[in-house]
Amino acid sequence: MQRHAKLLIGAAAVALTAAQGHAQDSSDPIIIPTHNWSSQIVMSHVVGNIFEDMGMSVEFISADSQAVYEAIRLGDVTLGLEVWEGAFGASFSAALEKGGILDVATHDAITREDWWYPMWTKEACPGLPDWEALNACAEIFATPETGDRGRFLGGPVDWLKNDQQRVDALGMNFTVVNAGSAAALWAELAAAERDSTPIVLFNWTPNFAEAVWPGEFVEFPAWEEGCDKDPALGPNPDATYDCGNPADGYLKIAAWDGMPEKWPTAFAVLERINFSNPQIAEMAKLVDIDGLDPEDAALAWLEANEDTWRPWVE
Amino acid sequence: MTDSAATDTAVVRSTTEKGPRVWQGLLIAAVLLAVGQALLPPGLIRPPDWAILPFADWINAAFYYAQNELGLMQVTRAFAGGVEWSLDVTGNLLYGRNRWPRIGPIPWSTVAVTAGMLGYALGGWRLAALAGGTFVWIAVMGQWRWSMETFSVIVVAAPVSVFIGLCMGTLAWRSKTAERIINPILNIAQSLPHFAYMIPVVVFIGLGPKAGAVVTIIFSVPPMIRMTLLGLRKVPEEVVEAGKMSGATRWQLLTRVRLPTARTEILIGVNQVIMQCLAMVVLASFIGMPGLGQRLLQLLQALRIGPSVEIGITIVLLAVTLDRLSRAWAMRQPAHPEPGESWASRNRLWLIWAGLVAAAFGLAQLVPYFHEDERSQALSIAPPIDAGVNWFIGFVSPVTDWIRRVLVVWVLIPFRDAILWLPYTTVLAAVAALGWAVGGWRSALVCVGFILPIALSGWWDRAMITVYTVLAAVTLAGIIGFPLGIWGAGTGRRAAVVRLVCETMQTFPRFIYMIPVVMLFGVSDVAVLAAVMVFATVPIVRYTIEGLDSVPPETVEAAEMSGATRRQVLGNVRLPLAMPTILVGFNQSIMFALFMVIIAAFIGTQDLGQEMQRALSATDVGKGLVLGLAVAFLGLMADHLLMRWAERLRQAQRL
Repeated sequence: MQRHAKLLIGAAAVALTAAQGHAQDSSDPIIIPTHNWSSQIVMSHVVGNIFEDMGMSVEFISADSQAVYEAIRLGDVTLGLEVWEGAFGASFSAALEKGGILDVATHDAITREDWWYPMWTKEACPGLPDWEALNACAEIFATPETGDRGRFLGGPVDWLKNDQQRVDALGMNFTVVNAGSAAALWAELAAAERDSTPIVLFNWTPNFAEAVWPGEFVEFPAWEEGCDKDPALGPNPDATYDCGNPADGYLKIAAWDGMPEKWPTAFAVLERINFSNPQIAEMAKLVDIDGLDPEDAALAWLEANEDTWRPWVE
Repeated sequence: MTDSAATDTAVVRSTTEKGPRVWQGLLIAAVLLAVGQALLPPGLIRPPDWAILPFADWINAAFYYAQNELGLMQVTRAFAGGVEWSLDVTGNLLYGRNRWPRIGPIPWSTVAVTAGMLGYALGGWRLAALAGGTFVWIAVMGQWRWSMETFSVIVVAAPVSVFIGLCMGTLAWRSKTAERIINPILNIAQSLPHFAYMIPVVVFIGLGPKAGAVVTIIFSVPPMIRMTLLGLRKVPEEVVEAGKMSGATRWQLLTRVRLPTARTEILIGVNQVIMQCLAMVVLASFIGMPGLGQRLLQLLQALRIGPSVEIGITIVLLAVTLDRLSRAWAMRQPAHPEPGESWASRNRLWLIWAGLVAAAFGLAQLVPYFHEDERSQALSIAPPIDAGVNWFIGFVSPVTDWIRRVLVVWVLIPFRDAILWLPYTTVLAAVAALGWAVGGWRSALVCVGFILPIALSGWWDRAMITVYTVLAAVTLAGIIGFPLGIWGAGTGRRAAVVRLVCETMQTFPRFIYMIPVVMLFGVSDVAVLAAVMVFATVPIVRYTIEGLDSVPPETVEAAEMSGATRRQVLGNVRLPLAMPTILVGFNQSIMFALFMVIIAAFIGTQDLGQEMQRALSATDVGKGLVLGLAVAFLGLMADHLLMRWAERLRQAQRL
């Protein structure tokens, strides 16, 4: 259905171009939202710079990463460059159903979000990354709040990760404690690093944390389609969520459905844009490790990777 | 918020005569309900499902109707369009956004010179150094563009807010009905957590700088309304008579006589508006306010403490500068030039300013650094700050593990479980008893009126966790702040130091505290408590000093002459006399704690704040407002109880 709609719009754009000779991109600014993690901000500025090079006017606004899909639908924001399957899949699908938003393209990059530990944890619990080994050494993850049970530090509740369901379904000796923000996750991780306290927490890739704190994802029973709905799937026949998160989630580009008409050239470029995991990690590293500002990081990235982005424009 | 003194004396009398029996009875009922809860039907322990009213659905339906059927959306979007146009202009002038009139950005050196000159005109050299220095700091630290992004919003929001506040304040002064409508709305608005405002703004205005401006306007308008009303009320009748006698019309009376006479109050209102605008800098960036706040959140997200502290310092400096400037303006009496003075001597300061600006502008043309400095030219004090924070955390962390364990296991978990164990009927009865004890049946009704809707909203357990956090934080804040206040009230110098520290802590962006707190205590209730406590302590310290210092010296001398020791003077004379003021401090402390506890959801809590965060990211207006009102009602109930109590103490002192 989506593809069909896109084809139609594409055809309409071609028809328009044919009718008017050269369709001009509007001189109104293309509004690109920035969220609160660095790779997304750098990527937004990279794409913004490419558009500006093409003579378009671009503006950035900071927006909540869940609420942004409603804004794209209404045309308040023109596009979104990092639609993570795990984190925003639900909001994105909901917006697609309501209409007004386009599923433009899918990056090569795959995303993964799951239980994760930094390398020093492995010394205290050598059986890792297997989840049963993790469960066997649950008590080394105990905190005053959780008593004898291990603590899993989850992301904010609005990320909707179903960790508690998984703990119950797999009968794990863990208690889920939700941090309120990514910043709280990193603060705990940095504190744990001081005295190499074992810690297991929610993390994702691509992400700057990989470069600062090397680590691994816990290997749960592999995700199967329907594991969240059908109790029969997974090791526990009576429970849903008895599996890990998908290990190869998509990373998509979304746009307002008025964009192809208003900025046809920019939209054509947007359809060709495609980033890989190492490229995204590099963008995050420029900011989070090297300490550049996102704007400067974007310029640095463009300079170093001209071979990658030049073909998109031509 | 308080009724007339006459009813109060009546209340005092009634509670001393037959009141005690009623409130003690209520208290006993509360205890019985708690102890005998095994015998109670479940409907008396937690509100039964059928009694839970779908407030959120009703609010959502009302909003949907207003948005789509009434076409309110067109109105708000049109207003937002106007705001956006102004933002484009200021954005272009201040940081060179590509919009009409396309002449910006103004060189930073000219802005700094202007600020310094303004400081000099209003308060002499010291204020000039503060104001000029702040802007030089911003430029040198490479935060010019970010600060100007923030400023471009404040420059629009503050005047709009002042204008709306003046109009509403005048309206409330003119018509009793309007005042009766506006007053309760203001009470609720001022105790509603910031996030609750933001969700409707996202729905009606959208995201971006305009949404940031609108939410800032909404947040900063209430004090302006209150100060305008207060100022107009205080205008002496003789002044108005004089105006009438010289034949002024009603409009002239208002604009030429009443408003100028109320000048000081109105300017204090302006000062409050500016402070509130700065308080929103970081929070409003959740819905698209650009600038310092947005950068701060990004930096914290990557755990870069040093650079975020730099931004925090900038925000504090800006707040202090704008506060001092606007206060100096408020205190200044309008100057009346001598008749014989020449034009040049009357406008001496303007001329100097024009000369300096021209010089700075010329310099900016010659040396680009003085026009726009690049981020790469910025100085940074981040490395020493990071090192300092690291050292501090390393130094105290052996103790904090121990503190965390003891507090969590022996104090916090039992306390929380105890509060959650109470049936809601116990809480209702206890609240009614407290109300009756301080203010008779009317206060009891008011308190129950605040807490019953929370029970019916279905968020009872969450609200009780909020209550638990706030109670624990305010208790700890009292244990720390109260002695600190007594110590600070000893001498004028100490009081000044303590006040400065308090002010800095209060204006420093709250989000920065959260990182070290989590590093020390982990994601736990202790971390939340520590973050909340920092804020809750400030008003207790301030008002304790305030209360002790305002005890008349004659009273203290009289006590000393009758042979009281210093301890006796403090315990038997000064503290009892200061008690009403100290209670106001506790009241403020509870308000601050309630605001902070909602923000502490970013550490990780299980209370109303966590749900509020969820409502914000799902743009669920109804849920957000219900949660916000639950928080506001808790605050208003505490406010009512404490203010009534303070009033009674004052009454007793007067008798």
